[in-house]
Amino acid sequence: MKKFNKIMSAALVASMVMVSMAGCGSSAETATEAPAAGTTAATEAAAETTAADGATIKIGGIGPITGPAADYGIAVQNGSQLAVDEINANGGINGVQIEYNFQDDVHDATTSVNAYNSLKDWGMQMLMGTVTSGPCQAVVEKTQEDNMFQLTPSGSSVECIKYDNAFRVCFSDPNQGIASADYIADNKLAEKVAIIYNSSDVYSSGITEKFTAEAGVKGLEIVSSEAFTADSATDFSVQLQKAQAAGADLVFLPIYYTEASIILTQANTMGYAPAFFGCDGLDGILGVENFDTALAEGVMLLTPFAADAKDDATVAFVTAYEEAYGKTPSQFAADAYDAIYIIKAAAEKAGVTADMSVSDICEAMKPAMLEVSVDGLTGAGMTWSADGEPSKAPKAVKITDGAYAAME
Amino acid sequence: MSFITYLVQGVSLGSVYAIIALGYTMVYGIAKMLNFAHGDVIMVGGFTCFTLSSSMGLPPIVGVLVSIVFCTILGVVIERVAYRPLREAASPLAVLITAIGVSYLLQNVALLIFGSNPKSFTSVVTIPAIKLFEGQVTISGEAIVTLICCVVIMIGLTLFINKTKGGQAMLAVSEDKGAAQLMGINVNGTIALTFAIGSGLAAIAGVLLCSTYPSLTPYTGSMPGIKAFVAAVFGGIGSIPGAMIGGILLGVIEIFGKAYISSQMADAIVFSVLIIVLLVKPTGIFGKKIQEKV
Repeated sequence: MKKFNKIMSAALVASMVMVSMAGCGSSAETATEAPAAGTTAATEAAAETTAADGATIKIGGIGPITGPAADYGIAVQNGSQLAVDEINANGGINGVQIEYNFQDDVHDATTSVNAYNSLKDWGMQMLMGTVTSGPCQAVVEKTQEDNMFQLTPSGSSVECIKYDNAFRVCFSDPNQGIASADYIADNKLAEKVAIIYNSSDVYSSGITEKFTAEAGVKGLEIVSSEAFTADSATDFSVQLQKAQAAGADLVFLPIYYTEASIILTQANTMGYAPAFFGCDGLDGILGVENFDTALAEGVMLLTPFAADAKDDATVAFVTAYEEAYGKTPSQFAADAYDAIYIIKAAAEKAGVTADMSVSDICEAMKPAMLEVSVDGLTGAGMTWSADGEPSKAPKAVKITDGAYAAME
Repeated sequence: MSFITYLVQGVSLGSVYAIIALGYTMVYGIAKMLNFAHGDVIMVGGFTCFTLSSSMGLPPIVGVLVSIVFCTILGVVIERVAYRPLREAASPLAVLITAIGVSYLLQNVALLIFGSNPKSFTSVVTIPAIKLFEGQVTISGEAIVTLICCVVIMIGLTLFINKTKGGQAMLAVSEDKGAAQLMGINVNGTIALTFAIGSGLAAIAGVLLCSTYPSLTPYTGSMPGIKAFVAAVFGGIGSIPGAMIGGILLGVIEIFGKAYISSQMADAIVFSVLIIVLLVKPTGIFGKKIQEKV
């Protein structure tokens, strides 16, 4: 019997490992199924617009339209589609229509590379993507190999654009970390700050690192800095408890909205009510199904786009977006909308034509990106440096009455 | 003060593990198989309650009761369809692998129906939090309800097994299936009853888990399920008080590990406990060493 027990325990441990490993596999599997439907729809739609003349510029998009970061991907898909439709209706890029195809990556690096490969098979000439940092770092290795022009609307980690073929619309993680610390210090939002971050996520740890450094410079006191990992992302009671015990009057959340929604709920249960400040990852928190948005009241986040802004471009975009998709666009939608127009501006400057090869387009786009200046929704007069970083001013919004309101 | 708060959180988390572990341990004790789909039955329980109370607006108690009934039926169906035909299979691994298969089936069906976007679960517990020591220690209503449920379930199960005919039949089946059958006990019926109880408990665990940690996805049950399995082994698999003590200890270890060692290492600490227990005392804290009869 003893021997049998030993064999059983060995088998159990083995099967547990299997369960946990297969856990990763299953999300990838489901992902490959989902985009199939989306693709057909997208290609069909694209086919209609291009029927008039054969040559089109093929732009691919990649992002999570299912899974834990789906809110970002859907916003990007919608925002970019809106821009593509507008551009096509107004005569396209240099008179050439855009053919656009968006693929799901479920915020998973392997799935994202697969999506990239299938887009290449489809004939993609430029990539608008990917939406989230982790997958983006994997895909940029491929675009660099293929010398394909890549513009990510929201991939904010440094490594997302480490090659010269890649650019981005949003701020980088370090810049978000620095800007957040500056914003908190300059507006005297808090003196004692606690951080809760995801150590298994490059976006979150990247911001945390720079935030901590900048906070030191600005005289903010960081009283607690606690991590969690993807596997322990449901219980934040300990981290919140530590923040409370340390007397933090502001909790900095450089994380995605799913975890943030749990943190807000648990803080409320504990009766802990500090100020919460986050980066663009918090954008989407109001869209979590069945989440009590009253808990997010007063949460501040750094975002380059506020849907309630009154300038003409924003109003026009918000109206068109609401009409098409029935909800208020987030900054991801705006980033993606801008991304398509940035591609258009640079492609027109570079004289990109439909028959050019992927590599030729990339070589033409690279210098053009450094010359263009785009007035977009996420910033006026955006320009790019050779390292792919945009130059624009950060803004912060505060959640008031269940909607974003500009601060200042 | 924070020590007490951590202890409360640990006991609360541990009680959820304990309820899940009770299901694992009963099924193991009686059917001698590991039901890896148990964690996913928890998730089904959570989704059933979510659909009824949050989406359809029924009172939470209706959601809880329906999810218990639904999971009980689900447990019996799984046992009948997937496990019973394999009970006489040559290798005990066959049923284990099937259990893993069922686990993925449940996850993927949930993924198909509900999608993978996380849902924010509205707590079914309406008891207000208790504040002690001038508000320095807060005990949430969920923690109180979970602990009470856990103790009540454990006592109820122990009484059921020792005092009722059905329970005695379970004991008999767990000791010797063949002899039990010869004595006129309906072995298949008894095992089905075990699954029914285990899955009903899983539904309760699911609702309590989601009330305390309000995020619901098709993968919600897998990590707590594995940890509860660790708890069951820790306490001595097959032993009902063992599952409860193991679960609570594990919850406390996890929270203390997070609070005093490293918040990143919490899971590593939990699984190290499993390895150490298996090395030092393979039968767990309350595990019985069964003498092989000659």
